[in-house]
Amino acid sequence: MGKSDASLYNHASQVVMVRHDDKTVLSLMNDYQGEPSQFALVVPVPEVLRRDQIHVGNRALFQRIDAYSAPRLVEYYDPDPCQRPMMMRGLEMSAPAAPMNQAAVMKDKSLGVTVEARYTVGEYDIVILSARQSDGLEQWLRQNGYHIPAGASRALKPYLRQNMKFFVARVNLKEHAAIGLSYLRPLQFAFTSPRFMLPIRLGMLNAQGPQDLVIYALTENGRVETTNYRTQKLPTGSDLPGFVRGEFGSFYKDMFDHQVELSGKTTVFTEYAWNMGWCDPCAADPLTREELRQLGVFWMDRDIEPPDAPRPLLFPIQAAVPVMITRLHVRYSADSFPEDLVFQETQDTDNYQVRFVLHRPWQGSANECPSAKSYFEELEQRRRNEARNLADLTGWDLGEALRKAGLNPSAKPTPWWHGLWD
Amino acid sequence: MYGGEIGSRLRGICPDPRMAQILSLGILLSAGAWLRDFSLRPGQIALTFACGLLCQKLCERFARRPSSSIRSAVITCFSVTLLLRANNWWIHPAAAGAAIGSKFVLRIRRKHLFNPANFGVLFALATLPGAWVSAGQWGQDVALAGWMVSMGGVVTRQARRADISWSFLAFYVGALALRVMWLGQRWPVLTHQLSSGALLLFAFFMISDPMTTPNHRRGRIAHAAAAAAIAYLWQFHFYRTNGLLWALLIAAPAVPLWDLIWPAPSFRWIEGETNEAEPQSTADVRLRDRAGGAVDNAVDGDGFLRVLRGQKRCVALQPRLTSRDGAA
Repeated sequence: MGKSDASLYNHASQVVMVRHDDKTVLSLMNDYQGEPSQFALVVPVPEVLRRDQIHVGNRALFQRIDAYSAPRLVEYYDPDPCQRPMMMRGLEMSAPAAPMNQAAVMKDKSLGVTVEARYTVGEYDIVILSARQSDGLEQWLRQNGYHIPAGASRALKPYLRQNMKFFVARVNLKEHAAIGLSYLRPLQFAFTSPRFMLPIRLGMLNAQGPQDLVIYALTENGRVETTNYRTQKLPTGSDLPGFVRGEFGSFYKDMFDHQVELSGKTTVFTEYAWNMGWCDPCAADPLTREELRQLGVFWMDRDIEPPDAPRPLLFPIQAAVPVMITRLHVRYSADSFPEDLVFQETQDTDNYQVRFVLHRPWQGSANECPSAKSYFEELEQRRRNEARNLADLTGWDLGEALRKAGLNPSAKPTPWWHGLWD
Repeated sequence: MYGGEIGSRLRGICPDPRMAQILSLGILLSAGAWLRDFSLRPGQIALTFACGLLCQKLCERFARRPSSSIRSAVITCFSVTLLLRANNWWIHPAAAGAAIGSKFVLRIRRKHLFNPANFGVLFALATLPGAWVSAGQWGQDVALAGWMVSMGGVVTRQARRADISWSFLAFYVGALALRVMWLGQRWPVLTHQLSSGALLLFAFFMISDPMTTPNHRRGRIAHAAAAAAIAYLWQFHFYRTNGLLWALLIAAPAVPLWDLIWPAPSFRWIEGETNEAEPQSTADVRLRDRAGGAVDNAVDGDGFLRVLRGQKRCVALQPRLTSRDGAA
């Protein structure tokens, strides 16, 4: 089994967005690698959040949801052409996600900045700010020790004009040391707002080059898509050469790069859309009710018995639950994504996954039976097609793909009439 | 004007502007289906057209009206397939049926009240489980090509009542531009907002439907302003989706009011042809007479003469040309 998970990408952030009616729970995962003292996060929020609307979550939940929804590679073994009964083994693999950026804190009335609330939650010191002027806000953040990139006030202004507040977090070093973790845990917050959007423009300020963002949307009724950018499903279901098994991660990364180029860099890609109750094949077990609840899924009835027991990968229990997961992957830069992402929940409940297939050849001999001979003739053609699929998907050179698949790139394909009168 | 010259020649070949609309919509649907993942199955398209056209025939027979609006029904079916998405087979035909049915049932002052496709799509969205509209489905490049096709179509048709398209775009794009300025955003935000296939479909094929727009130019401008204001509020104040579609539905009931305030001759798809809004009484003739003199009318400059022609039993003389209802 192979999977291509979010850890493959540089500058990658992961966000879990739980949305039902006008209620939203956002979980933000940083793969922040620097000094905790330098870390800062600024997120525009529609209202002043109360202490109990903010929570520090569990990083393992992101690893779980990433593993469950990651693009996968399924491996099948060709049956013995001399025997009728079929035998199949399924194997899957999955692909990785992305980080967050930003800023810092204090108060000064003359700058037009008001500290609406101040909390310490887990290892984070959090302030909720409102401001009258974006340059006052930028100045306030600087004065309070936040490392704000140049041009911040221009990026902050549209949010400020829309009367949004700013959720600003940095690490409380004392609490961080007391907790004893070497990493920062995800921040979660719950709020009510008719706006179903994700502010990505602030994250572009200190970005060097394009950034990857993986969004896991959890909704009740259907797949989530963006309304102000095209949402496109990635190619899926292609047969690939066997050697891809050992390098599925780099294959998937190259394929994604190539698809981004083909789409004109202005597209949001769907990698997975499935009912959270099951999977087929499973890259990892579906999330349990408890895990979903921790991510903020609040509409599932807690009284109904949860299918929390571990289930075998090859025989998933196909019980639908009222949660649809959509995994969106976007590579954005300031030029290609001039606006924040705006979403809608569709009524589309069709399941979709990015899945590639390997067929392992039968290991017998061509002399074993007449069918075996034709099997090997077809096998040659199939392997060429697999290499061609690989080159088409990734933009790799076809000759190189053929060589890596163990085929001679200069060999002429067998003419169709070959062996017709044998 | 060059476009005008082409327009006159084209009208000589094909006097019905609906043919140009059908061609434009056909190009948009083909581009969407082949170049973009429109999540639209061929069966859904076929069912939409089958149901839409069948409903048109049945309704005409039931209402005892002569059959002449197949082209309008085709435009309606195109619009429904371009806008509506569903993960089952029955929503598209149901929406097409509702769209066509609304033309025959929801009528005021001999005009149908709602743009049929607009009504059908929103009927599906509001009442049927499993329907949605993918506003972002076009992508920037296809949307750009769509703008060119649509605007080219309008120019070569020399804009029979296209004033409503331009005034709507002026109000709506003006509001978007003011918003961008007020928020301090960059101009690419505006160009990105304009690269929406939904917007062009709305401006050139939906709000411009002459059968459901006010007859007088002033009425049309008022209607365009109302639709633009509602759409803006819907999207940027209430943060709801599909603002354009809902705005047109909400603004439509005011059309009879605009027609009362600013009376003018009603529209005909083909010059010399009559439709169900033709005057049936001397009062109507007087109304048209007054309007024809006082009003615009780029479209019906010789409105009075044609009104008289309509009175000369044009219906009886040219039964096959008689149009009962509108398009899109």
